[in-house]
Amino acid sequence: MKMLRQISSVTTMNLRSLPQRWSTSLVIVIGIAGVVAVLVSVLAMSTGMIKTLNSAGRDDRAIVLRNGSASEMGSVLLRDAVRTIVDAPGIKRDAEGKPIASAETIRMATVHKKGDGAEVNIPLRGVGQQVQALRPELKILQGRMFNPAVNELIVGKAAHAQFKGLGLGDQLHTRGATWTVVGVFASGGDSHESELLTDAETLNSTDGRAAFQNVIVLLDSPAAFQRFKDALSANPALAVDVSRESEYYRRQSEVIGKVIGIIAYVVGGIMAVGAIFGALNTMYSAVSARLKEIATLRALGFGATAMVLSVLVEALLLALLGGIIGAGLAWLFFNGNMVSSATSGPGQGQLVFQLSVSLQLVALGIVWACVIGLVGGLFPAIRAARLPVAEALRSV
Amino acid sequence: MKYFPLVWAGLWRKKARTILTMLSIVVAFLLFGLLQGINQGFNKAVQNLNVNRLYASAKTSLTDGLPIAYMNRIKTVPGVKEVSFWTYFGGYFQNARHPLPVFSTDVAALFKIYPEIKIKPEYITAMQQTRTGALVSDALMRKYGWKIGDRIPVGTSIWTSKDGSNTWYFDLVGTFDASTFAGGFPSFYFNQSYFDENTSFGRGRVHYYIVSIADPTKATQIASAIDALFANSTDETRTLTESALAQSQLKQMGDLNFIANAIVGAVLFTLLFLTANTMMQSIRERTGELAVLKTLGFKDGKLLILVLVEALLLCVFAAALGLFLASLVFPALRPIFGDFKMPMIVVFMGAGMALLLALISGLPPAWRAKQLNIVDALAGR
Repeated sequence: MKMLRQISSVTTMNLRSLPQRWSTSLVIVIGIAGVVAVLVSVLAMSTGMIKTLNSAGRDDRAIVLRNGSASEMGSVLLRDAVRTIVDAPGIKRDAEGKPIASAETIRMATVHKKGDGAEVNIPLRGVGQQVQALRPELKILQGRMFNPAVNELIVGKAAHAQFKGLGLGDQLHTRGATWTVVGVFASGGDSHESELLTDAETLNSTDGRAAFQNVIVLLDSPAAFQRFKDALSANPALAVDVSRESEYYRRQSEVIGKVIGIIAYVVGGIMAVGAIFGALNTMYSAVSARLKEIATLRALGFGATAMVLSVLVEALLLALLGGIIGAGLAWLFFNGNMVSSATSGPGQGQLVFQLSVSLQLVALGIVWACVIGLVGGLFPAIRAARLPVAEALRSV
Repeated sequence: MKYFPLVWAGLWRKKARTILTMLSIVVAFLLFGLLQGINQGFNKAVQNLNVNRLYASAKTSLTDGLPIAYMNRIKTVPGVKEVSFWTYFGGYFQNARHPLPVFSTDVAALFKIYPEIKIKPEYITAMQQTRTGALVSDALMRKYGWKIGDRIPVGTSIWTSKDGSNTWYFDLVGTFDASTFAGGFPSFYFNQSYFDENTSFGRGRVHYYIVSIADPTKATQIASAIDALFANSTDETRTLTESALAQSQLKQMGDLNFIANAIVGAVLFTLLFLTANTMMQSIRERTGELAVLKTLGFKDGKLLILVLVEALLLCVFAAALGLFLASLVFPALRPIFGDFKMPMIVVFMGAGMALLLALISGLPPAWRAKQLNIVDALAGR
């Protein structure tokens, strides 16, 4: 009990004298704020990207690609294969008994960014007629749905916001066709909102390609996946890979998430080391500024633990302040920012996503801040405790 | 020079603090060297690209491809020296986790267009004589431990062969050295004639025509002449110079570049703020000592210089150490950027920043030292 009283009184006394040392204390606060701001904003990029990709996938949908294809872009399914796939068991059927599925075909369309006019590619996805039953999250926000057999397309709201020339009534050229934008759609903030949608048969007829790239089906239930997959694997006429849609998008976001994570932790880690040096400096000078006071308290009978804790609490409070400021800055400047980037190499389509500073990221930043503060405060605190009292008192 | 021991003693007055300050400057410049070095490396790679080459691809989208018949028509454009092409094949070795940059092409013309790629003439001859031949880069051969004469199975998820197989076999007939090419030069080539013979579909389309021209000052005119040739056809072309092509590919990375620059700014600001603050503090603490020096007869100007030199010594030494550490890291990045060294411009920028840092952190306290009133300072007022 006595110990606790000692600690609290020494700490309070210490913190009261903090304003006198504000300019050196600022070093800890700003240093840590910088580290946390950088760490959180870089990770906000990968979080946003992964969130956008992953929300496109659902457990009760399956995606069928030609075997060995890592993504839709490298897959080819001929019409016969598509027919066999949509007849497999486990697919949910609509009121008329037709399987709910969409055989899709993808082209890249060239568009320009609104900001700097940079030329980029976005996917133009041809979908089957049952796309609205398959993807109930797809909602038309403006205009109307495209009609099959005429060159009409609808544009995702993220692409609509980010790129030029995608307003209602605007025209877009691809090889062999000119398309009219007739609607803008939302689909729950997923990666399809960076795309253009049209009818698959119409798209295939514009350039004479007869094949599809994937088939997406709605399953009876998430549990029906195994039955569907087994039926297709058992068919010797098919050479396809079947994945749950959620699993497929998780794989797509894995690599980019890892790359950005490495960048964030390497840069953040190096900065943190720099900030630790700064914190050590500050706390050492805080201790030496209080030399007289600490020696006097020790002479009066205050324990070494109280000294250690008073220094540590000061370092931690400053670090916490820095962490909150850093995470706050990242949130203020970056949260919800719309950006677009190629998810893998050039030639791939752009993904438009929002940077997302989630609560976990803020917590992570504050944990880093506290660790930096703790390490930076520890050695000076030990020095304060080990101070030879008589000598320190003599020297002042 | 005779004052050096004095500066040195001032520097080590508080050992721990000097070392800590130095280390945080080292860290700041290590990060600066790495991030700015990579950034400049990209820029340099783009600027140094060959000006004698043009790339023609489908105007609508690269993936659409162009008919092989365009080759002879492009050759008729005045000023065109040589034409070759890349057809993207993709493919993988053993499984899809080991992708290979496989392209089919006309090797003889291709290596004439890229004189900086080193290849022995007998390999080109061997390639022309071997229907199923393949040329790969030294780096790729080393990576998978292949030897000349090996038969390499290449898996593909797109180009099913005529007999329905997803594996193509190529005979390795030679290698080339593409290490001088900083951009990712495709490193696995086979004969277009074999592609056309063996594929079950997709014959007769190529993704890039690569055109070498005699006079680089006419690059823009020749590019528009090529595009004019195919205007209003089903397959319109878009022809770019090598550097314009590289820039448009970098642009695809989009807003990430801006964010990376913002981070470099934040990093530098933070770490430099830390060090400047500590250094100012260290000199502030020595007001008394500086006053003693003045009492001993040191002139105001001399004192200013002494304090500045101390700051300079610390900053420049630490900055050099940081940049040196960064330059040690670069060889590890070679697989991504090709032959890559710390660009000199980054060293100069770093030196300039170290000077600036020394001035910012040294000048205010040095100025104070100059203005010091001896009596007040000695009295501790």
